[in-house]
Formats: sequence, C-alpha cells, structure tokens
Amino acid sequence: MIGSDYSDPLNGRRQERKGRRLHFTQQKFPDSAGDTNRELADRHFLLPRGLPRIPPTPPPLLFCSSLCACCSASNAPPRRVQEKMWGLVRQASGSGAFNASMLGQSFRRVLPAVAGLQRGYSTAVKEVGVADDCCILGVAEYLVLLFIMGSFVLLQVSNECWGRGELVTILFLDALRKSHSLKMTVRDALNSALDEEMAADPKVFLMGEEVGEYQGAYKITKSLLEKFGPERVLDTPITEAGFTGIGVGAAYYGLRPVVEFMTFNFSMQAIDHIINSAAKMNYMSAGEIPVPIVFRGPNGAAAGVSSQHSQCYAAWYAHVPGLKVLSPYSSEDARGLLKAAIRDPDPVVFLENEILYGQSFPVSDEVLDSSFCLPIGKAKIEREGKDVTITAFSKMVGYALQAADVLSKEGISAEVINLRSLRPLDRETINASVRKTNRLVSVEEGFPQHGVGAEICASVVEESFEYLDAPVERVAGADVPMPYASNLERLAVPQVDNIVNAVKRACYRSVRMAAAA
Amino acid sequence: MAAAAARLASRQSPISKLLRRPLLPSCISSGLRHLSDQATPITVETSVPFVGHKCEPPSREVETTPGELMGFFREMAMMRRMEIAADSLYKAKLIRGFCHLYDGQEAVAVGMEAAITRKDAIITAYRDHCIFLGRGGSLVETFAELMGRRAGCSNGKGGSMHFYKKDSGFYGGHGIVGAQVPLGCGLAFAQKYLKEGTVTFAMYGDGAANQGQLFEALNISALWDLPVILVCENNHYGMGTAEWRAAKSPAYYKRGDYVPGLKVDGMDALAVKQACKFAKEHALKNGPLILEMDTYRYHGHSMSDPGSTYRTRDEISGVRQERDPIERVRKLILSHEIASAAELKDIEKELRKEVDDAIAQAKECPMPDPSELFTDVFVKGCGAEMKTCQRCVAALGCLSEPASCCSSTKE
Repeated sequence: MIGSDYSDPLNGRRQERKGRRLHFTQQKFPDSAGDTNRELADRHFLLPRGLPRIPPTPPPLLFCSSLCACCSASNAPPRRVQEKMWGLVRQASGSGAFNASMLGQSFRRVLPAVAGLQRGYSTAVKEVGVADDCCILGVAEYLVLLFIMGSFVLLQVSNECWGRGELVTILFLDALRKSHSLKMTVRDALNSALDEEMAADPKVFLMGEEVGEYQGAYKITKSLLEKFGPERVLDTPITEAGFTGIGVGAAYYGLRPVVEFMTFNFSMQAIDHIINSAAKMNYMSAGEIPVPIVFRGPNGAAAGVSSQHSQCYAAWYAHVPGLKVLSPYSSEDARGLLKAAIRDPDPVVFLENEILYGQSFPVSDEVLDSSFCLPIGKAKIEREGKDVTITAFSKMVGYALQAADVLSKEGISAEVINLRSLRPLDRETINASVRKTNRLVSVEEGFPQHGVGAEICASVVEESFEYLDAPVERVAGADVPMPYASNLERLAVPQVDNIVNAVKRACYRSVRMAAAA
Repeated sequence: MAAAAARLASRQSPISKLLRRPLLPSCISSGLRHLSDQATPITVETSVPFVGHKCEPPSREVETTPGELMGFFREMAMMRRMEIAADSLYKAKLIRGFCHLYDGQEAVAVGMEAAITRKDAIITAYRDHCIFLGRGGSLVETFAELMGRRAGCSNGKGGSMHFYKKDSGFYGGHGIVGAQVPLGCGLAFAQKYLKEGTVTFAMYGDGAANQGQLFEALNISALWDLPVILVCENNHYGMGTAEWRAAKSPAYYKRGDYVPGLKVDGMDALAVKQACKFAKEHALKNGPLILEMDTYRYHGHSMSDPGSTYRTRDEISGVRQERDPIERVRKLILSHEIASAAELKDIEKELRKEVDDAIAQAKECPMPDPSELFTDVFVKGCGAEMKTCQRCVAALGCLSEPASCCSSTKE
C-alpha cells in the first residue's frame, strides 16, 4: 500500500503455494487454430527460407563454445549440425552460394554499411541512410577481432580443418554483426512496406488526402506516386465519408485498398463505412463478400494540436468484431504489421503514431527482407522481467521501457509487453506474463473509461485472478479533452513517472507524492 | 425540334396499326407465335418522354420483342407475388424485424436487368428482395433468408436488408441510408481499375438523395470518370416524409449539377430499359450519370408502416389503376396479341403456386447451427480470439470444435 516502505519490493509474498500454482511454462492454454501463427508464436517473424535464427548469444560466449567445438578436432560435429551451420553461413552471406573468399566476406560483415549495400534487399536499405545510421565497432572490439582472426588463421592451418575454422569465424562475426544492426525510422519502415506490397500485388492501391503529389502529409507515402503512377496512388478531396465508402466498395469488388486518414480523428467522419460497411460485411453476407481493406493513419496525441486532433481511437475500433486493429511501436513492428495488414483478407485498422514517425529503431536483415511479416494477434515481450507486467502499445511502449529502466535501478524488474495487436488481443501472452509476475500495470494514451486497459484488466481478472497479488493498475490519459497549454498537455498524457508510480503502487511500495515533486 | 419531329413521324397511325396485325388467323398464329415470333422486334413508345439534364435524352421508341415482354410480365408478376407473400409471412410472425416491400416498383428492377449483363454490378439499399430475384436469386433462398433459415442467401445471418449475390454482380443489401452510393462508386472504381468495361448501378431513394456522402462520392466519381450510374428510385416518400418536405429541389435528376441526369417513368419497364441502356453507354464514355425513376410503392415504408397516414388511399389506388407496371405490360401483350388474357392468368396462377411451394420449402429449412454464431467474423481467424469465443461457446453448450470458430466457412 502507499506509504509502506519494505525493503522487499514484493512484501515477502513470494512463497510457494504448492498445488495451486504452475510455472508459467507449464500452463496449457486451449489450442488455437492458427497453424502458421503457432510456429510464429515462439519466433516473432518469418525467416526467408525458414532457417533457424541464431539466438542472441553474446559474441564472447559464442566464441568460447565454438572454440571448444573446434578444438576437439577429432569430434567433427554431426552431419545435421554441419548442414545447419552451412545453411547459416549461406544465409549470413545472403547469396545462397558458398563463395570462395569466405574470410574476406565475413570481414565485410563486420562493417554493416558495406553489408547493406551489397545485399539485394528491398529499397528500404538504400533509403535508410546506412552510412549515418549504422553503428560501427568500437576500437577495442576491433582489436579483439583482429586478434581472434589472426589466431584462427593459425589454428586452421595447423588443424587442417579449414572449413570448420572458417565456420566458427563466420558464426562469431555474424553474431557480432547482428548486435550492431542497421537503423531505420518508422516513417521509412512504413514507406518501404507500402512500396513492397504495392510492387508485389497490383491490386493494392493507396487513397487519401495528400498521399500523392504532396508526398504524404507526414511523408509516409513519399515517392510512391512517382513509382506507381496516379492510377494507384490517388489524391482525394477532403471528403472522408465519400472516399472511405469508395475504398470499401472497391474492396467488395476484390481490390486491396489502403485508405489513409490524415489523422484518425477524421476517421469519425467515415466511421459508418469502417464499421457498418467494412467490419460487418463478411459476417452479414456469410462469407460471400470479404473486405480486404486497410485503414491507416496517425492516432492519438501529437504535440500541441488540442482536443479535436488528439484523441486515441484504439478502444473505439478494438471494440468492434470483424475488424482487426494493429498498433506498431518500432520500425520492425511498423514494417511487419503493415505488410501483414495489407496481405490480410479482413478489414484492418492500423493505428500509427505521429511522434514515432521520426524515431529510429535497429532493424535486422530479416526485417528488411521483402517477405518479412509479423503475425496478427501476437504481442511481443520487449523486456523480460519478474516482478510486474507492464502492457502498452504504440508510443507508450517506449515510455514503459524507460520506466522499466528507472524501476530496475530500484530493484523492481518489470516485464514490458508490446501489445502490437489490439484486436485480436493476445490474452495468452498477457495472462502468461501475469501468472509469472503476479502484478499488472496497463498503459495507454487514450481516455481511461472503457479503454484498452479496462479490457486487459477484465481479461486478467477473469483468467488469472488467483495469480494477482495486487489490484490491476491502469495508466491512461486524463479523462478530459486534450488541452493546448503545454503544461496541461503534459499532465493530460501519461509520462514515465506516472508509469513508475503505478508500478510502485502495484508493488505496494511508493514514494509520497510531495517527496517526489 | 428534331425530337418532336421524330415523335410525330413515329406516332401510330391507324394504317400502321393495321399493318402490324398478324395476317394469319389468330388460332394458327398462336401456334406459330411460340416458334418464330418470340424474337420479332416490336417498337413501343414510352408512356412519357424522357427529360434530360445536361444531356440529350434518348428516343421514346423502344425496341422490344414478344419474348422480352413475356419475360417482363413473368418476372414482375413473380416479384409482386413474392412481396405479397412476404407481407403475409410477416403478419404471421415468421419474418421478424425489418421487411421493406418493393411492390409497385418492379419495373425498375426488371427494366434494368434487360439493359445490362450479370457482369455489371448493382448495389441498392434495404428494399432489395426484388433486385436480388432479378439478379438470379431463387425464391427459396429469399424466403429462407427472410425467415432466418440456414438455406437463406446469407445463411440466415443477414435478414431482409442483407441479400447478396456477388457472382451475379449484386452487392446488396445495405441498411444505412445513403451508404450504398459511395460503395457503388467504389465498385465502379474497381471496374475501371481492372479495365473490365462494365458499369455499376448504385440505387437509392428520394430519402437518401439528400445525403452528403452521395455528393462526396459523386464529386469523386465525376473527377475520376468512374463508370457509375446513380439511380434514384423516387417513390415520393422518404419513410413518412413527402419529397417536397425533405428536399428543397425534388428534381433529383438535376441534383448532380455538373453531372448529367435523366428523368424516367419508373413504372414503364421499357422506358427503364431504354434509360439504362443509354446510361451504360454514357457512363463508359463520359463518367457518371443520374437516373431518376419516377415510381411508387403500394406498401408503406416497411411492415410497421401502414402507408396511409401520410398519403391518401385514393392516391394509392389511383396509381395502381393508372400506372401499375404489370398492367401496362399486360396491355402491351394483349394489344400485340402475344398471349391471351387466359394464358396470362395461367401464368400468374403458376407463379402463385411456385411462390407457395418455395415458402413451404423454406419453412422446412433448419435454423443455423449455434456454432455459426462465431463463423465468418473474419475470413482468416487468428486463433487468439478463441478465448472470448470459448467463454460464449461454453455458455451456449456448443459442441463444435473451437478451431472452426471465427473463420469463414465459405471459400
């Protein structure tokens, strides 16, 4: 409770309750229908050729383990493992063929800039500004690398296992490279996703205000008009009801429109078409008329745009059966979820965030591949923890991660879940996490009443009640129309402090407000 | 001037009428009629001339054939019979909720079908039973859907206002007044995008004619030259509000302003056919067009509306006597001696029986299975929403596998 100041953040409640509690990995949830998605449940993305991903092992560990493997020269790795390793090498080289000068190639892997230019990935890489955004190895790491490579050369010559030694080098260097990956802004991620999906399927077209000649109100659709022409990138008049209806009608006929709302506040003008004409159609027609449409645009508060331009519509759309509602946070989310949304045969509401458009996030090569796709309906655990679960979506994920950093300094380990998908909501992941941590704080930017947090709270109370050690805390925007004055606006939107305080309340430990000020 | 001259020239003189009489005695000609005369062209003049807005109206002379006229009669009589039967079923509480009847307006559905193909698209509002029939829907499907049975065209999940037949180009069936017009413009957009050379007829009533989204969609259609024809079925009453009380300008064919329009007698199937043919050619070349069909509904707005509080019974019976579309075609058939009155009566008896049989068959159909509550929410379910379904399914005591919930059962 507020005011108590125990040194044990969990107040001595971490006793074993035999017979009542299973470890979260032992929990069985009803088997779900999604076949592909089931495989994806453990990963978070599809690999181009279905190869296993190297787990994010720290390079020194990998180096040691591979060194041990190498040193036991008489024990060659089993054939299957060898094949897998070759596959990894091929994947790492990106060319599918084993080139002669592997060492030279692997050395180039170290410099992401060159790696990015070399590969024939999507246009995304060319537009990322690789030189600016990539991270380069520090000096110390560079020297270590040189030393290791030098020693490997000697080892290989002496061992007569040229292949294995090189493989080890490749694996080590690849893991090193993966820890210093490319960065991409959310804006570029969305642009590249649209670009690729439009190139892949001629039925996909864009429609919205200023998407063409203006290059997009927020430059998300930049250069798409030049690439695909005015028949596929259509500037509309400022008539949401009209053009949304036209988009839905086109989807009835079999095209795949992507309708942009300049902000989701304006979607209210067209909400009848989103809900009555799009969301309900497949059901009412008993599957005869599916509606493969995507409604996308920025959602939630920007900065200083006041009440009519700042509302969050996540709860509104997530309320409706027949819609899928997605909300990305990082560039990986933006690319993967938008591609999934465009490929999906159902109407999808895609809630972006204006503030996130300019933020850069690291992206791996898998993310940059044109076949990259994220499953709809799966949340991502951004940060593992054991004391409290924080759920968030969109911009609030960043805030939650910052709060988790602050909390970890105070001894509270927070698990941060990036919801990604608001409908269908990933109740499995949320409940599994709460069964592990026993506390829940949900964070959202929108109004609190009947919000996303309310649904998450209800879901957890219905399914994991015995596991809760504290009431569920909700952090939401203030229950007022958004004010303009900057100090009031800051008070109206959740800040990192609010999340930290809510977590502490959930942990029965908090600092009095006066002292915190 | 030229139009007036044409009219003068084509007016049926007694001599031309004489020349059109069959040369053979009627008993023999009746036998021959079914073999070769079905395709003989007949020229009929429409009841009233077309009135154009920013376009040259088509000619009043309509080419038709005996076969087509018989087809019109049959179709319209079937539609009329079906709607009357639906009225009885509603009063017997076998049909629930909404039931908006189309009797009186049959000529619009039938005339339009005669002018277009199944590749062209039609979209309408909630008064959709007869359009569905015209597009190839069956009587059993119609009655089953109205009674909420699984054999209905929407598996019983849509109801009266949500009939669809995509393979025949019928896109429904929409409950929100005016929403179907932008949707229809979207269908036309897709037809143009895919270069199909077909058109969309987006139908709406005089009540919907004042909707803002209609003008938004019309603006975009005119800008982008979409092959859409907006068809205003002006039955002069938007629910209980007469057109002069709802619209400052009830000349709906002129409301498109920069978009050309045509006013048509909607109780004359041949006039409707001529107008739709004209409109299709226009739309494919020049973009959108508005057709105003001057028509009338005998029933009230829906089954909960007696239809006589805002209009007199004299008015209703007057229209029925003077302008009834089926009677008009019957007179044409009789005057051209395509069939005798007795034969037409037989056809009507036959249709009545057909409708009654369909109703009996539909009554036997089962209701949808409880598991179908959760089907077709998505085309591609994700599995994650199973949890909510599980709860509801358990409450219903449903026995079906959760895996089949929420995904579409149709291809």
